[in-house]
Amino acid sequence: MSSIAHELAKKQKEIAVSEFFEKNKQILGFDSLTRALITTVKEAVDNSLDACEDAGVLPDLLVQVEKIDNTEYRVTVEDNGPGIVKKQVPNVFARLLYGSRFHTRAQRRGQQGIGVSAVVMYGQLTTGKATKVKSKISDEDTAYQCELILDTRKNKPDMISEDRVIWERPHGTSFQVHVKGKYVTGKQSVFEYLKGVAIVNPHARITFIPPEGNTVVFERASEQVPPPTKEINPHPEGVELGELLSMAKYTESLKMTSFLNTEFSRISYRVAREICELAGVPPDQKPSQLTLEQAGAILESIKKVKIMAPETDCLSPIGETLIRKGLKNVLGSIKAEFYAPPVTREPRVFAGNPFIVEVGIVYGGQLNKEEPVQILRFANRVPLMYQQGACAITQSIEAVDWRRYGLEQRGGQGIPFGPAIILVHVASTKIPFTSESKEAVANVPEIREEIELALKACARRLKTHLNKAAKRSKTKVKFEIVQDIIPMIAEKSAKIVGKPVPKLSGTITKIMNVVWIDDDVQSEKNRQHVSVKIYNYTPKSQSFHLHMLVPYDKIDPKTLKEKPIEMRDGNKVTWDIKRLASTEIFELNFDLVGVSAEQYDENEIYVSGIDPASVIGVEVLPGDWDLEHLKITEEGPEEPAEGEEGEVDYDEGAEVINNEE
Amino acid sequence: MKNDERHQKAVEKLTELAGSVYDQIDDGKIPKMMIPLRTKTNIRFDPKTAVWKYGKAMGARSAKKLTGAQMLLRTMYMLEFIEDMIKEEKSSTLREMYYISEGWAKAKFSAQDESNMLAEDLEIITNCMREDFKLRPEEDGARVMGNITIQETDRKGKKKKINCRDDVGDSGYGIPYNVEKEKIQFIDCDADFVIAIETGGMFDRLVENKFDEDAHAVLVHLKGQPARSTRRFIKRVNEEMKLPVCTFTDGDPWSFRIHASLAYGAIKTAHLSEYLASPTAEFIGITASDILNYELPTDKLNDKDIQALNAEKTDPRFKDEFWKHEIDLMLEIGKKAEQQALAKYGLDYVTDTYLPEKLTEMGIIK
Repeated sequence: MSSIAHELAKKQKEIAVSEFFEKNKQILGFDSLTRALITTVKEAVDNSLDACEDAGVLPDLLVQVEKIDNTEYRVTVEDNGPGIVKKQVPNVFARLLYGSRFHTRAQRRGQQGIGVSAVVMYGQLTTGKATKVKSKISDEDTAYQCELILDTRKNKPDMISEDRVIWERPHGTSFQVHVKGKYVTGKQSVFEYLKGVAIVNPHARITFIPPEGNTVVFERASEQVPPPTKEINPHPEGVELGELLSMAKYTESLKMTSFLNTEFSRISYRVAREICELAGVPPDQKPSQLTLEQAGAILESIKKVKIMAPETDCLSPIGETLIRKGLKNVLGSIKAEFYAPPVTREPRVFAGNPFIVEVGIVYGGQLNKEEPVQILRFANRVPLMYQQGACAITQSIEAVDWRRYGLEQRGGQGIPFGPAIILVHVASTKIPFTSESKEAVANVPEIREEIELALKACARRLKTHLNKAAKRSKTKVKFEIVQDIIPMIAEKSAKIVGKPVPKLSGTITKIMNVVWIDDDVQSEKNRQHVSVKIYNYTPKSQSFHLHMLVPYDKIDPKTLKEKPIEMRDGNKVTWDIKRLASTEIFELNFDLVGVSAEQYDENEIYVSGIDPASVIGVEVLPGDWDLEHLKITEEGPEEPAEGEEGEVDYDEGAEVINNEE
Repeated sequence: MKNDERHQKAVEKLTELAGSVYDQIDDGKIPKMMIPLRTKTNIRFDPKTAVWKYGKAMGARSAKKLTGAQMLLRTMYMLEFIEDMIKEEKSSTLREMYYISEGWAKAKFSAQDESNMLAEDLEIITNCMREDFKLRPEEDGARVMGNITIQETDRKGKKKKINCRDDVGDSGYGIPYNVEKEKIQFIDCDADFVIAIETGGMFDRLVENKFDEDAHAVLVHLKGQPARSTRRFIKRVNEEMKLPVCTFTDGDPWSFRIHASLAYGAIKTAHLSEYLASPTAEFIGITASDILNYELPTDKLNDKDIQALNAEKTDPRFKDEFWKHEIDLMLEIGKKAEQQALAKYGLDYVTDTYLPEKLTEMGIIK
């Protein structure tokens, strides 16, 4: 019997990780030729961006895809990052699971991939060719270049050649691999992927050389390097049994209390002791001797003890200004009508991991009206291209009733139709995905709720804009009547009866019957000229308050004639419009100095103390200066119907009988 | 052409209209004009004159709305133009009026119909006729054949005596666009009735068959939907020469309307029914009954025909027993017929048999 066991034992081999890879290509992102190519680009680009950000450098990436033959491509990714130390090169590129930061909690792109070694392996398996790496560190004169392959059995790198070469770059890394793949254009392509990367990384400059066609450069839209994300210890809320045991086994702490305190976030010694006592585990116990039952007890106590929520400053959201910049920058030639001010929510927590949701919406202009809206999904600044239907982001979008916000949507559910792009970014120290392929965010209630709230808040801003536009066009017609036609009627009739031209103010105010506010920002290098004109086209004099969101410390006092009555925190400035007579115009002008056009290109103006139905051009101030936009009042009362009571319009609804003289 | 007091009157009325708009603006109001609605729901029968006129329902043309404001502007421009025309003793056609508006920038008309309708609006508001404004239409008046003598003052002011049988060729006398007393006087006539004929073909048939001589009739070719001048002419002959009038058209709903506009007044020009309609005019045919009785060759009614007949069922002018019966009958048989279909029985059938039969029945011929 034992000989059989020995026989069998000989056949059982340790399955090399690489063989596992071969059998599970799908999990790792290599299941189809097109996807394999994207994964190749993605892993290398993620690495480069992470490296640049670690070094505080504005990333400058070069991505080149060349077609070698029918299914073979050569992919080259170069960056201007800090470079990799020679010793580490083989480990980074040719050793699976090395340094893949499985235990760290930090908002990193890298956490979402098996790493670039998988690409090296894939390339080798499909083309047999070695990978070339070149890397230069800033205090060296030459770059280190090598060719390497992965030993799939031993899971170790094999160096085929190495060299030192001259490289013009002061520092950086170049990675070149041959893979079997398929280059496509359109949806789910390398180009779309890079476009997404450019949107959510506005500080990066990306040059893309495709196998055919012109080189594309995504210029950077911002000179700010995002602050490096901090690594935090896991929060006790999210830890699982196996993980707890493994951590206890490998910790350097000698006591349970110090183990809990140092390995986890938000556990002070006091709290650690409380947990141990509640669990019935001696506080002095050696963590390496923690039993299964004890671990279970500890987990239970963690749930009962009051522990602070995890810190959230470890996250680096893109931010409202940069989301908008990123979108504008990449959409570039496609002129959209409106970029809704993006929304970045406050951090929330799920399973001990902090997360932030951000949303941006682009609307109208040359975007296609007849199609479903375009959805751009991002997790930790990485575009998600596959499994759209399974993703919590998509599901949140489908759950919102977009008809209230100006888009078409059958039955108020499902993906809406219309000329819009919806961008959603989820940033977290650990994003829950639906599967190992990490293409779709898991449907977690806390995350769904946040995404839906963010979508609604952003959509409300879109709606405000659409309402404004509709109201404006209605008023435009009235303006035509009032500015062109009435004066001509007055002139002609005066001529016929031989009397002087009558005054028009009475007639005009009765027709318009609105307070019209027209605002503009003229840009001049670092000086923005702000002008606000208020026309009182009502028969009575009007008094109300005008509020603007403007950095008052940047206002050039020499240009400001009308002094505001109040300036509050958060750039809230208020003017008093006192007794503006009928047909009178109030002009407010001032310059902002040291402010660029990108920073201030639109005025945010509100009024208060006046009937919302009589104002055109700005919104009424909601509540008490709370700009959360969550409390925006519903639309003002319907405009009173045109025409007097029961009066029939002569020119409308006339039934003309033809064929009669 | 010299101005008469009616032109002066027109100028007064037009100035009044401009003045009302001016006053409204001066008072700080939104200027508007109230005009009687010209729909079939707003015509009513006036027993005194026995014609159909506009009722009391009014519509407003207000500067509050873009269309209203534009129409008011056009009105002002048109007023000025007409007044200038009258002052300079010139006249223009409706089409020229439309083209002149092309130079009015924002006030220009989008189509000729629009400027025609505005001229009619002005007629209604000022109670004048467009001839008073020195505006005349394109369409020519009809042709007349018969023993009636007319004195026409020509464009040079010379008075000419014309007998519509002896002094004219085979196409007869052409009715000018102005048939008022200053232009046309009736001197003499030797006829028993006037017969108004829709189609040129039938008119020529009656002329060739000498029907005007044999039946002692004055033949008038309507040329389809009759022009104002034609209707006015017939009315004057009817009243001044005391001749009964009867209409002879095709048998279809559109032709029924031709008779209606001649006899009752047209919906579009109900404000002028008094001048233009001959309320005692009677309808000879072709009726639906004629189609059956004379077994005439027919065509099927198409959708538009049926629609028109149904519209006529709610048209107050067709509300009497005779018309109710005829319209229902035509809908029932689903057929229409042309007047020239009578040629089935030979070219002379219409003058030898059909007309004498029907006119005797109607009491027009003894």
